[in-house]
Amino acid sequence: MKIVALCGVGIGTSAILKVNAERALERLDIEADVTAADIASVKLAAADAQVILTSSELVPSIGKTNADVIIIDNFFDLDELTAKLEIALG
Amino acid sequence: MSLPPLPLDAIDVGLHVPDWRAAVGAAGAALERSGSTAPGYTERMVGVIEEFGAYVVIAPGLALAHARPGPDVLTGGLSVVTLAEPVAFGHPHNDPVNVVLGLAVTTGDEHVHFVAELANVFNDSSIIPALAAAPDAASVRSLLGIAAPTGADASTEEHK
Repeated sequence: MKIVALCGVGIGTSAILKVNAERALERLDIEADVTAADIASVKLAAADAQVILTSSELVPSIGKTNADVIIIDNFFDLDELTAKLEIALG
Repeated sequence: MSLPPLPLDAIDVGLHVPDWRAAVGAAGAALERSGSTAPGYTERMVGVIEEFGAYVVIAPGLALAHARPGPDVLTGGLSVVTLAEPVAFGHPHNDPVNVVLGLAVTTGDEHVHFVAELANVFNDSSIIPALAAAPDAASVRSLLGIAAPTGADASTEEHK
């Protein structure tokens, strides 16, 4: 399973999202590979991904994708991340 | 693995700013003051928000201003600015913002370990209001659990 954590420039925010998504997946006992990506590389990074995690602001920039796009409001809220990942992957 | 040292001049407490640009400008100025970046970096952080929107507001009240690595990043660094009156960045859920972090990294890989450390600190939801209410730079640093710089940096700090 592959999950993409997306931000505008692939630094900082996507790394935080990646770290916390991994923590949420651990809670759920789900094995997945979480990759940080930026808008410029998302097409390639998400080509074989099941899920894209990102901010609502970036959704329009993703374009067409087969992955489920999950909007995260608070990148530090492990409860929010866990609940949304559980729905998407459960 | 730990956060980079946070010199007191990389922290600005209780600033009055009119809008998000000025708030990001202050976070950039703090990075410059602490020797982490050259002036162009601040403009690039503003440019990221102009291009991609307010996604940098990653939690209620908190913006993580940042841009790609570049020649204007002299050394990896972090700055913290708290605002006397919160400002809107245009985020649908997390506005208004009263704590702005400025992040500068020299390579994409460099920041991964300290971002994990930053996530540890901010996974506690009480930290953002606590930072916003901190009375001075030393309190901000101790809330973040970041060590004071050592060596040459420490001696300049004594003059503050």
